[in-house]
Amino acid sequence: MADISPAPLTTSDGRPLKAALASAQARAKWRAFLLVVPLLLFIVLTFLVPIGYMLQRSFQHDGFSANVPALAAWFDANPGVTEPDEAAYKALVTDLAQMQVDKTPGQAGTRINYTVPGTISLFKGAARKAAEMQPPYKDALLADSAQWGEPKLWAAMREAASPYTTDFYRVATDRKRAADGGWERGSDQERIYIFLFVKTFLLSGAVTVICLLLAFPIAHLLATLPMSKSSLLMILVLLPFWTSLLVRTSSWIAILQEQGVINDLLVWMHVLGEDGRVRMVYNQTGTVIVMTHILLPFMVLPLYSVMRTIPPSYARAARSLGATSWTTFRRVYLPQTLPGIAAGSLLVFILAVGYYITPALVGGADGQLISNMIQFHMAKSNWSLAAALAAMLLVAVMVLYWLYDRLIGIDRLKLG
Amino acid sequence: MKKLLVLTTALSAVAYSAQADVTVMSWGGSYTTSQVEAYHKPYTAATGKNVVSVDSDNPAPAVKAMVEAGNVTVDVADVEYADAVRLCDDGMLEPIGMDALPPGADGTPAADDFLPGAVTDCAVATIVFSTIYAYDTTKFPEAPTTVADFFNLEKFPGKRAMRKGAKANLEMALMADGVPAADVYATLATPEGVDRAFAELDKIKKDTIWWEAGAQPPQLLADGEVAMTTAYNGRIFAAAVAEGKPFGTVWDGQVYEYDLYVIPKGAPNKDEALEFVKFATSTQALADQAKWIAYGPSRKSSAALVGLFNDGKTEMAPYMPTNPDNMKNALGSSYEFWVDHDAELNERFNAWLAAN
Repeated sequence: MADISPAPLTTSDGRPLKAALASAQARAKWRAFLLVVPLLLFIVLTFLVPIGYMLQRSFQHDGFSANVPALAAWFDANPGVTEPDEAAYKALVTDLAQMQVDKTPGQAGTRINYTVPGTISLFKGAARKAAEMQPPYKDALLADSAQWGEPKLWAAMREAASPYTTDFYRVATDRKRAADGGWERGSDQERIYIFLFVKTFLLSGAVTVICLLLAFPIAHLLATLPMSKSSLLMILVLLPFWTSLLVRTSSWIAILQEQGVINDLLVWMHVLGEDGRVRMVYNQTGTVIVMTHILLPFMVLPLYSVMRTIPPSYARAARSLGATSWTTFRRVYLPQTLPGIAAGSLLVFILAVGYYITPALVGGADGQLISNMIQFHMAKSNWSLAAALAAMLLVAVMVLYWLYDRLIGIDRLKLG
Repeated sequence: MKKLLVLTTALSAVAYSAQADVTVMSWGGSYTTSQVEAYHKPYTAATGKNVVSVDSDNPAPAVKAMVEAGNVTVDVADVEYADAVRLCDDGMLEPIGMDALPPGADGTPAADDFLPGAVTDCAVATIVFSTIYAYDTTKFPEAPTTVADFFNLEKFPGKRAMRKGAKANLEMALMADGVPAADVYATLATPEGVDRAFAELDKIKKDTIWWEAGAQPPQLLADGEVAMTTAYNGRIFAAAVAEGKPFGTVWDGQVYEYDLYVIPKGAPNKDEALEFVKFATSTQALADQAKWIAYGPSRKSSAALVGLFNDGKTEMAPYMPTNPDNMKNALGSSYEFWVDHDAELNERFNAWLAAN
């Protein structure tokens, strides 16, 4: 058999054509890449780094571990031992005395306080006395407070002696340390986060559906009216879109509150008595109304852009072939608007899930969402718990996005 | 990493003026006004240095965020006691200490002049403020007089408002339920005591609006949105006396505490900040502040200098939280209790709020 493999093509100076092409293209690719660099850096710096940092905080907290070298060594040497011995108490007293010098007992106590309430002053009190404590240290510490003997406290300290922890995720799923040091579900009055997660998703779903029902006819009207009239109407959609979120939210308060415009009007028309004023704000109703209004443009715009591209002749063809108007809508028009419905719904839902200012201002007691809890823990200086909650929200949204991709297909998304 | 954060996070972004010699963060509204009139303006007049004031619903979280991000833009912040202690524990504040403070105008050394506990390692108290409840006098033919009346919807019908948070609310609820002021924190430290406080709050939960900023309660009362609200006593004084609003204050069951000045670690004008704090907590400045708002000065030597409100006719004494008549059933807020139980009780409070 003859060897028929052809000689590789070369350029005039003898380099293989493939390599020459690659090197010429590499330069072009580099230039193209340089154009993207500013945006890439911007996204990395303003988006990926903070999110990464936030995620890291949710499982890392060195407030305790950094201050207890001796105790951490004891925990390492005695894995699985739940009953602390004299050596453990000695290590603890050594660390407490050092904390007093470094002025860090508050830091260490704060970390333990996240899972065992009431321990900040315990640490501060014991640290003040630690330098004078005499062996046996166990008795010395127990004389300071009986809390030092609790299995719960020791379990919490063992967990916190490592900077990496799942504590915050456990707390974020409504669990708490039991007396024996294990984890248990919080009592009915203490559970909140799972409930709020579910509520946030249900409420966001409701807002999305209401937005869709309201936006569909508007978008259809915008898409079918003659240009001169539709651009006027479009301004009405866009004007609130351009107005500050805070201004819109505050205006809704003025409109909806019990001494507000709507109630005054209803009382004036004798629909309601002076005592029968309806409470429409500072509760869940207020949250739904205001969020629907604020998110409506995000539904109208994608729907409109899709509807405008649907030729009216399709519907006419369907009618001329004998379809009723309902069948025409259901079998011909609606399927063609699906990409817009999908895009608008995804947009509105994801925005609603993370909404914070509106529920904070008009939500009152029962209109609060999970984002308000995240903000609350940021304000209360428990950033790790805030991070754990935020991470759970992020994962939940990612899962929904994945499901959406699976069911509808992200390539069918059309934003305009 | 910290540097990157500086670039990337705009947490609690604060307008920062380059010409400012000292930037002070406070709580806004009539309280900030009183500080501007009593501290900032005289300080500028005396030293020629500018003082810029920025407002926040609560400066403490902003201070923490700025220090953690390594981008501190305020020099002095006005915070509550538990926050001052916590931030100091976390090493987020510059130490100040009693030694740095000047003696009172009458020569009393600072250590004897300040009220007990008013100066900590990192903080100096300026005022004693109180959480009281106020009511709209036009809505009740018979005025409420006790803290229990706030929780009594049958005798005093009408909407209520309270601060959205556990602190002060739980204490007032227990006092309304008959717990003597001296036993409130011992009771609240037990699970039964907490249940008891929430049971009392349950009585008015359906009719209550929750406020967050100190300027909201007088607004809610003025709008007629609520008939009674818990509030900071100075805000109600400002609305009732200065603006002539028909508001009454009930001192029974008041919960008083200090507000303190702190200097965040890494403050851009640290030395200037300390000078400002020394000036603002001097006898005369503290006494002057009482001309503008009904909060008690933290120095004993200031008390004698407190006279009339800036309208020139209203005697301030009856409006001060520390006035003996107002102290008959009063509770000093325990920072030790709240440092330990803040997280736990607020979690419970949030769960209670969210549940229907």
